Amino acid sequence: MLRICMGVILVTLAVLLYDIFSKGLPAVNWEFLTQAPRKGMTEGGIFPAIVGTFLVTLMTAILAVPMGMACAIYLNEYASDNWITRLVRMSIRNLSGVPSIVYGLFGVVLFVQFMHLGTCILSAGLTLGLMTLPWTITASEEALKTVPDSYRQGSLALGATKWQTIRTNVLPYAVPGMLTGTILGLARAAGETAPILFTGAAFFLPFLPRSAFDQFMALPYHLYIMATQHHAIAKVRPIAYGTALVLIALVFFMNLTAIILRYHLRKIRKE
Amino acid sequence: MADKKGDIKELLVKGFFTLNGIAVVLVLVGIFTLLVITAVPAFKEISMKEFLFSPDWNPTGYDGEKYGIVSLLVSTALVTVGALVIAVPIGIGAAAYLSDIAGERVREIAKPIVEILAGIPSVVLGFLGIVLIGPVIAKLFGLPNGLNALNGSVLLAIMALPTIISISEDALNSVPMSFQQASLALGATKWQTIALVKIPAALSGILASCMLGMGRAIGETMTVLMATGCAAAMPHGLLDSVRTMTATIAIELGEVAYGSTHYYALFAVGLVLFLITFIVNMLSDMVLRKYQNVER
Amino acid sequence: MTNEKKIISRGFNFYYGKAMAIKNVSMDIYANTVTGIIGPSGCGKSTFLRSINRMNDVIPGTRAEGEITLDGKNVYDNDVDVVDVRRKVGMVFQRSNPFPKSIIDNVAYGLRINGIKDRTLIDERVEKSLQGAALWDEVKDRLHKSAFQLSGGQQQRLCIARALAVQPEVLLMDEPASALDPTATLKIEELIQELKREYTIVIVTHNMQQAARVSDYTAFFMMGELVECDITSKVFTNPAKKITEEYITGRFG
Repeated sequence: MLRICMGVILVTLAVLLYDIFSKGLPAVNWEFLTQAPRKGMTEGGIFPAIVGTFLVTLMTAILAVPMGMACAIYLNEYASDNWITRLVRMSIRNLSGVPSIVYGLFGVVLFVQFMHLGTCILSAGLTLGLMTLPWTITASEEALKTVPDSYRQGSLALGATKWQTIRTNVLPYAVPGMLTGTILGLARAAGETAPILFTGAAFFLPFLPRSAFDQFMALPYHLYIMATQHHAIAKVRPIAYGTALVLIALVFFMNLTAIILRYHLRKIRKE
Repeated sequence: MADKKGDIKELLVKGFFTLNGIAVVLVLVGIFTLLVITAVPAFKEISMKEFLFSPDWNPTGYDGEKYGIVSLLVSTALVTVGALVIAVPIGIGAAAYLSDIAGERVREIAKPIVEILAGIPSVVLGFLGIVLIGPVIAKLFGLPNGLNALNGSVLLAIMALPTIISISEDALNSVPMSFQQASLALGATKWQTIALVKIPAALSGILASCMLGMGRAIGETMTVLMATGCAAAMPHGLLDSVRTMTATIAIELGEVAYGSTHYYALFAVGLVLFLITFIVNMLSDMVLRKYQNVER
Repeated sequence: MTNEKKIISRGFNFYYGKAMAIKNVSMDIYANTVTGIIGPSGCGKSTFLRSINRMNDVIPGTRAEGEITLDGKNVYDNDVDVVDVRRKVGMVFQRSNPFPKSIIDNVAYGLRINGIKDRTLIDERVEKSLQGAALWDEVKDRLHKSAFQLSGGQQQRLCIARALAVQPEVLLMDEPASALDPTATLKIEELIQELKREYTIVIVTHNMQQAARVSDYTAFFMMGELVECDITSKVFTNPAKKITEEYITGRFG
């Protein structure tokens, strides 16, 4: 009975992945990965979308990773249990539940309009970065918690300052775990569409972006366009499948990296 | 601790990390404030009564603009409830299976699989809703197309499952062994023990997992945007095309003029969405903390 | 044994939140002696020990009153840098806590955080510290191996070496042998006798025989208060208070 529940999930996942892989693989070849779309996006590849997703994810990482780690260090190493800390924790829990489209709205008002950045990689990256922030904080804090307190106490007792202790005897053991959680968060951000709809993603661009203030094509947005907005939807189905496969492969690759990192971490810990 | 260079550095470092913590609060406050500020001008033109109680959402209507959120709310509620009806039993069942029946090896394999499910981008699921699930629904119910609330519910169920499974499993695992042993010692079967002892004991955690899953379903955009047909009308059933709050924002924000009533109205919808998910997450958080406290 | 008072506690109180863990403790600790602190669980003996190098500062919501002076300077004064106190007062914990680094990096840790970068000086100091902790001969061929490969007793001596490397004047030991087998315990006890020539040692122990064997002075704590503190032989053979006698003869605790 309970086995059936798990079975349903496995079968569903298998069917979904089989559909994507079986119909996506024929579309994916070297040209598909390295060429720009041609002839009203009915032919050619998705290279600009791959580049765009890479760039915007990089921008996301630049905001979310250092700030997320720093906030986690504050919460786990410095904060005492006072109202500021409680407020910070409450904010993080709630931010992680805010719908991605609401982050999109926020990005439109703050970055695109109020700060006059316009629709561009920077606006989209900042929006995605804010969305990713609560995940990276939570993951980083979990990683810091796995470092035994005896490392901290031992170091302090030797006359190390607090920051020396954190830098030399806590972070070296927490950083791999922090990275694992961070990569998982970035993978989620890379696959997100709603926050970039109005903050920088473009339907079609003949050129690659040249600066952070340019618009960009992105894999998830490209898939959305190909699946619903294109004038010849039936004709571009293979391209849509190919895009879906590349996107899923990218996200899985990032997840896999994180999982392998975590696996090795556990092995090292056990030794 | 005074007048040493090292101390100043320590203070600076501490200050830096504290500022980062406070920045997070500012982001939350900022999101809320900006949503409110941008939503408020909408009510210069639209009466609060119309916005909250009128069933018609038609900002580009021939006979006047209509901004009633009710049909959007009902649509969101419909797909969300549909998703929960599918995901809750399966999710709890799978969690119980993982925590009580599956062996160590099955668990080692099953857990990453659930993580893979969680990792599928929503736009890919939306695409699969169009090309895979839609045709199946159309055929099953004899409809011209399968883009409707049911399709959205199935996809949202897939998205909510990983959350429900992982948190429910944690809750089930934290039920003390002695409860189960007491039940088994009284001659209860394993199945009875799970249904009558473990699940009730872990109920608050399971409840919280379902609410978090619900929060995710309410806020999800791309899947419902792509797979539900997006007809802006009051739905009558799961086989009707629906347009949720999230989909409405996603479709219309790209087309509106900055500063128009329509623009502000979309932010008002966003604000409602923010408040609903905020409350759902707050409640699930309270439930979750309650059960964690009881444990200790 | 000298008569120089290294550490003087006067009217010292310590609170965890509102709970008073140490009540009005006044005692003297003499230079180059071993002072053993005994008492039943929860009597505040570890708390008092950790008050000397202010390790309790780490726990939120704690508060200290009164004074503990080190070489005549109250360590709780506002102009005292807690980091300096801890460099002068080394500590060995109940459970050995080597860092997940190589043996040499463990011992050199305290030197590096003090800004010492000179390799030869570090090597020299590491060797001396390991010899001081009677560990050198056992590990000199595998200094770059992980500290986790050492046995429990060796790990604890490594922690002692790590503390010695920063050249403290006082060494605090919080039940250093409680997790060790009798042979390893004996080694630690012998080591303590060696170390007192150069260091002032305060050791908390649950084991009364151990206190009798290693310490010159013994302090008996009870419910956060110091019951008595005197020369070990006197405390064990002719205690001033009846309750001390009852504890020592095993009537409670």
